[in-house]
Amino acid sequence: MTENVHTGSIPDERPPANTVGPIAWLRNNLFNSWYNALLTILIIYGLARAIPPLLDWLIFHANAIGTTPQECRANGGACWTFVSEKLRFILFGTFPYEQQWRPLVTIAIIIALVLISCDRRFWKPWLGLAWVAGIAAVAILMWGGVFGLSYVENTLWGGLPLTLMLSVIGLSVAFPASILLALGRRSQLPAIRVVSVTYIELIRGVPLISLLFMASVMFPLFLPTGVNIDKLLRAQIAFIMFAAAYMAEAIRGGLQAIPKGQYEAADALGLNYWQGMRKIILPQALAISIPPLVNTFISFFKDTSLVIIIGLYDLLGTAKAALSDPAWRGFYREAYLFIGVIYWVFCFSMSKYSQKLERDLRRGHRR
Amino acid sequence: MSMAEAVSTKRTFPAGGEVIRCQDVHKWYGEFHVLRNINLSVQKGERIVICGPSGSGKSTLIRCLNRLEEHQKGNIIVDGIELTGNLKNIELVRREVGMVFQHFNLFPHLTVLENCTLAPIWVRKKPKAEAEELAMKYLKRVRIAEQAHKYPGQLSGGQQQRVAIARSLCMNPKVMLFDEPTSALDPEMVKEVLDVMIGLAEDGMTMLCVTHEMGFAKSVADRVIFMDRGEIVEQNTPNEFFNSPQSDRTKLFLSQILNH
Repeated sequence: MTENVHTGSIPDERPPANTVGPIAWLRNNLFNSWYNALLTILIIYGLARAIPPLLDWLIFHANAIGTTPQECRANGGACWTFVSEKLRFILFGTFPYEQQWRPLVTIAIIIALVLISCDRRFWKPWLGLAWVAGIAAVAILMWGGVFGLSYVENTLWGGLPLTLMLSVIGLSVAFPASILLALGRRSQLPAIRVVSVTYIELIRGVPLISLLFMASVMFPLFLPTGVNIDKLLRAQIAFIMFAAAYMAEAIRGGLQAIPKGQYEAADALGLNYWQGMRKIILPQALAISIPPLVNTFISFFKDTSLVIIIGLYDLLGTAKAALSDPAWRGFYREAYLFIGVIYWVFCFSMSKYSQKLERDLRRGHRR
Repeated sequence: MSMAEAVSTKRTFPAGGEVIRCQDVHKWYGEFHVLRNINLSVQKGERIVICGPSGSGKSTLIRCLNRLEEHQKGNIIVDGIELTGNLKNIELVRREVGMVFQHFNLFPHLTVLENCTLAPIWVRKKPKAEAEELAMKYLKRVRIAEQAHKYPGQLSGGQQQRVAIARSLCMNPKVMLFDEPTSALDPEMVKEVLDVMIGLAEDGMTMLCVTHEMGFAKSVADRVIFMDRGEIVEQNTPNEFFNSPQSDRTKLFLSQILNH
């Protein structure tokens, strides 16, 4: 073997032509073995069979907005008139028709709050105040009864504002609660640890549906007669309890990943428990917990559709109700596709944002 | 100041009163007796090097001095405060006792400057500007001020350890504990950290240092403590310790680390 002495005299060369470019990519990714080549061909065949009829139904044979249900049925393509006809009902439920600007503004407020909270530059104390003010504004808009707004009972609420309120308020209350539960589960104080573990394991061991049933059916039995806690509020509390238990476990995973040396360094500098957690441990643990947390956020957002079983009309509920109109019976594909897209936009945005946040937090401070 | 001068400034008698006192300290990990009958008194301004074979309890001993480890028997009094289960007292002691770890334990999500200002701001309640000024002073002193806005992950091991020293100094500690501060470093980085430590010693900082750097012990320490199997076997001035060790265990240890 000859000694290879690098003198810096060997010029840079281009890699061999067959290892770069689209042809190489195709070969490496789609045809790198006989069974992958076979799979690729089968999938291309399947797509070729499925996509044209789908596009045909979605676009080419679709009925323009304004056609009657009878024409739609006769033609066979997608009937987007159904969506345009039922749009306000699906989005706002049974909220009084001429007052529906109120749930619309509610949606805007909630989305605006979420969007400003996404920017790390705004992670300041005033953001908490903005949330309190925003939630208060939402309550005033939805209930009314003040500032000349007519009173609207919350049994009339429905659609997207209900879905957003259940999930956004639910998550923003459950998140801090879950941090406390995760810390409690790792506490050195046995009483706090036992309470946290019991709570988390009890709630995680029960299906969300049964928790909702308990909140709506069983819970009132324990209340003295005459005392009535609102059904929506009970569902909201059930969601918070459920989400908190799941997120606590995601955060515990992050806490366990922090090296012991970080706790020791915080202690050795004289920081007390809460200072150490707030400044040293939690910022790192939460950053690690982002993927499982967002996973919980997304599934929780979609799980709000389960409130339909206790008689609340969230987005899925109003879509189902819209289908029960005799004149528009049978257009379930359009209805579910439409709300499917709405759910997807929200969930995909959460996923994208979490990826960005992960990148931002990772930048610079890798060990 | 050169190293030779550092040797000449060494005190022959303790000055300025007692900072740490351990009386009959014992510690167990479960059934395992890690510290046995430790009696130790450290005077203000003393520079002490603790050495011994691995597993001899030397790290455990200095970790007991700021209660990162709990002792089960005996008394430890630091800066006039006895270390017991009392959390308030433990925090008070930790404020006055700086610690430098083998693996630096810098906070990776904070910049170098933020690492240094965190405790002064939150524990000493200093205004941010004042804390930053203080931090820059100590970062200059460990010769790393130009890296103040980088994250620890962007620095070499030696640089990180110097930041860790500056972070401790920002609390103006009365005592500094060093737990094998150069053991995790690449050989070419050991000197830059030892130089900083020598500088601290010259300025009269009370130091307890667990280390295998015998050169550092010879030139800087007022006293060398040798531990084996959880006991203090021998303690003496570096001169006596290295030239005429008393016990056989010390002789064996010295022959093992010095002859190769």
